[in-house]
Formats: sequence, structure tokens, C-alpha cells
Amino acid sequence: MIVFDQVQKSYQVGGRAIPALHSTSMTIETGEVFGIVGHSGAGKSTLVRLINLLEPPTGGRILVDDENITDYDAAELRAFRRKVGMIFQHFNLLSSKTVADNIAFPMKLAGIYSRTEIRERVEELLARVSLTDHANKYPSQLSGGQKQRVGIARALACRPTILLCDEATSALDPQTTQSVLRLLADINRELGLTIVLITHEMDVVRRVCDRVAVMDAGEVVEMGAVSDVFLHPQHPTTRDFVFESENIDHDELQEDLQKASGRILRLTFRGESTYKPLLGSVARESGVDFSILSGRIDHIKDTPYGQLTLSLVGGDLEVAMKALEAAEVHVEVVR
Amino acid sequence: MEDLLSNVDWAEIGVASWDTLVMVGMSLLFSVLIGLPIGVLLFLFGKRQLLEQPVAYAVLSFVVNVLRSVPFIILLIVMIPFTVMLIGTSLGVAGAIPPLVAGGAPFFARLVETSLREVDRGIIEATQAMGANIRQIIFGALLPEALPGIIAGITVTAITLVSYAAMSGVIGGGGLGDLAIRFGYQRFQTDVMVITVALLVIFVQLLQMAGDRLVLYFSRR
Repeated sequence: MIVFDQVQKSYQVGGRAIPALHSTSMTIETGEVFGIVGHSGAGKSTLVRLINLLEPPTGGRILVDDENITDYDAAELRAFRRKVGMIFQHFNLLSSKTVADNIAFPMKLAGIYSRTEIRERVEELLARVSLTDHANKYPSQLSGGQKQRVGIARALACRPTILLCDEATSALDPQTTQSVLRLLADINRELGLTIVLITHEMDVVRRVCDRVAVMDAGEVVEMGAVSDVFLHPQHPTTRDFVFESENIDHDELQEDLQKASGRILRLTFRGESTYKPLLGSVARESGVDFSILSGRIDHIKDTPYGQLTLSLVGGDLEVAMKALEAAEVHVEVVR
Repeated sequence: MEDLLSNVDWAEIGVASWDTLVMVGMSLLFSVLIGLPIGVLLFLFGKRQLLEQPVAYAVLSFVVNVLRSVPFIILLIVMIPFTVMLIGTSLGVAGAIPPLVAGGAPFFARLVETSLREVDRGIIEATQAMGANIRQIIFGALLPEALPGIIAGITVTAITLVSYAAMSGVIGGGGLGDLAIRFGYQRFQTDVMVITVALLVIFVQLLQMAGDRLVLYFSRR
């Protein structure tokens, strides 16, 4: 469990303190995938670097498994960092070392593993990230996705309990992003390690995260379960991110709604209700005619969801809304 | 052919070549041994670097700059008392080595500093995040990553030392430069001058080729 207790960070620039992170308190549970989403400069990089103290906070306490890491001396901090893996946007592999040596590097630095232990662990990790055939290549001979998989193997070498991902997929193409995210989800499930992931893409959060914090101008403006934040965004920044990830042009949508007649409802289906043939039966029972103005059926992590914007004409609207709510569909009246 | 090179004493050329080789080799060795740690310190003490120390950086940087801005021919003369103190003579091969190191080490230190700055900051950050201490960051990540640049720096330093070593002939330093001055210049033996210059050119060419090969071998980018 990672606890931020009124943590703040500011940088000294020309004698003035420029705040990068305003006082923030939050808890990241053990074993969850926690996303931090925000535009560049929102403070998310700072936030993730506070967890392994690459950036020391200027105020507040950070507790990891009930220990105050801000009190650690240099040696304790180094020991702690071995238990926190980190992967980076630009991979940050050592170009002078082979794939196998890159993965072995943190174990060698730790100085507590025998040669056999290191060799066996490297083989195991190479297999884990499907790079066994590339063990003796240099990073420059690999593709971006392969490099990031080496980065992941390296981060896991000392069996960490926390994995920090700093824009880990931002330099990758969509397909590679998907495979890297799948690998992260597998690791989270199989090893039970806590993943803290920062990104500027809501889509990444939707695919792998359990909970998410949205950052704007050095502040966490919204936090909660991904399904809640994603389906019912409250803060304008969050809404922008969600619209962006769904490829919705907000103004265009408003125009379309202007043209529609009758009541406009936004229905949100979650889990099993997504697949039920609900709309037809509700329309028959209540005599309401509907047309779909916009919609999306997708997954949030492993949970299917659907979100439809409908215009309803005629019939008994009350009956229709009751029937939908009875089927555990979230109904929001847009107009 | 015999007439053209009538003044050339090949045995003397051989001795002089060997002397140049020894002067360059020894002064390169000490320049690297002294310049490398200074270069690493310059890098570490620099702005926004691992051991940022503005005062220490300014002092070190000043000393390096002073040694680098003194023209080598002046440095040769200024160093004479110090060289006598250090090894008993300021003449011959041995006497030339201290001023050569004084010229070569700060030059090489700057090249080391520059090639360390070329190392991606992200790699240093990643190594820190793995729990490395400063020694491990230097020897495990910084120096291996900067190795091609450092080797290129050694090559450039070696070539500079070849020309410095030739210059040391002026104060009786020995080697090909000494030969060129005593015979080629003072006795107007143009053939000796041509041979020594040709040998120096070949020497520099060989150094550059060897250096380039090594850089290529150690570059994994």
C-alpha cells in the first residue's frame, strides 16, 4: 500500500519556488493497477517519481507498506528502490550491454545474487517477455516493443512489489501498445504486484487500470474506480480526456443533439446488462420509439460496457425509464 | 635515391622514432590516468549533475582552462623547473613527459566530460531507480555508455601528443621533432626534415585508424 500524506513538491527556479505538485493525499492499494492521467506538465511525472524518491518531496510523508520512505537514509533508500521496478517512455536501456546483461544489471547492482541465480532468473524473465532468442542482441537491434519488454524484464529482475510505468507505451504504435499493456496486465494478475502507471491516454487507463487519478496543473482533480470516472466524468479535464479517447467532438455532438426531437437520454450499461436485448423490449412495453444518436460498446479492463445516447418519442417515458433502471442501466436525462 | 637521401642516418631515425613512440605512449598513459578521473569529476560536479558542486566545478574548470590556454611551447618552458624537481632532468625523452602530460591530461579531461554529458540522462535515472550508488552509476552505467566517446577522445589526445612531442624537440626533448630541428632546420638537411615529417604523418594516420576501429567496435548504437 502506498500512502501519500499531504505530499507536495516544488522546484526552485531562480530563487522562487514553482509548485509541481500541490498538497496531495491518496492511497494506492496493494495489487491494484493505478493509473495517473494528465496532460504533459500536469505533474504526473513528478508524482510517479516521488514513489521511489527520484524526486524528493518538499513537504508531507510518503508511506509504503506503513514505512515512511521519506525518512530513509541513503542505504535504506537504495535497498527500497530494488523493490520498486520502473519502466520508461524511452526504455532507458544501456546501449553498451546485451539484452541479457541489461536484465541482469539490477541484480548485479544489488550484489546479493550468485552468478547461477542471476543466469537462471534472466532466462526465466527472457521467457516471460518472449525474448529468449534475443538474449545476446544489443538494444539497438530491437524494435520499440521489444525494447520495452526488455525494460519490463529488467524492472522485474529483483522481484519488486511495485512497478512504476512512466508513459511506458507513449513511444509505441497502437498494436505494440496493446501487447505491452496485455503483458503488464498479466504480470499484475500473476505476480500480484502493484502497478502505478502514468499516461496521457485515457485509453491506456481504460484497458488496464482498476483506479485512476486525473491530474491537472499539479493537482489531482478526480479519483476513483476507472468505470466510474470513465463513464461518469465529473471534472472538465476528465471529460476532455474521455471525449478525446472516444474520438468525440464535443461541439459536433451538441449540434447533433439539437437536431434530434423528443427527450434525450444517455444510457450506461455495465457488465452483463451490456449484452441483454433490453432496448427492444422496453420500447414494446412502453410504446416509446427511439433512435440512437451516438453509442459505444467496449471494455473497461475486463468489464464490458455500453453507452448510448438516445432520443425518445411518444409512448410512456416514465415506464421506459423505470424498466431501464430496473435492469440496472444507468439513465441520465440529457434534455 | 641514395643521393636524394644522402644526409639520412637510418639508425638515428630509428632511435628517434622509438623515442617519439615512448614519449607519446608514456604521456598518453599518464594523461589518461590523470585526465579520466578529472573528467569524471568535472562531469559529476557540473550543473544539474549527480554531485552538483558549483565551487569545486569552478576551481577544477579554472585549472583545466589555464593549462589548456597556455600555448604548449610556453608550457614546455614554464614546466622546466618542475620537471627537474620531479625527475632530475628536463632533457631527453624522460624530461619531455611531464610537460606533455601537463598539456595532455586537461585536454583529455574536457573530452571525457563532454562524452559523459552525451550519455542519456534517462539511463542515469534508470540506474538510480535500480538502487545503484554513485560508484555503481559511474562504473556500471556512465563509463560503459560513454566508452566509444572516451576512446575517440584518447585517439584525439594521442594525435595531439604526437605534435606536442615533436615540439618538445625545441627544448631538447628527443625524438623525431628533435631530429627535425637539429638536422632538418639548423643544418638545412631538407631530406631529414621530409623523412621525419613523413614518419609523423604515418604515425598519426595509424593512430587515427586504430582509434576509429576501436570506436566502431565499442559502439552498439
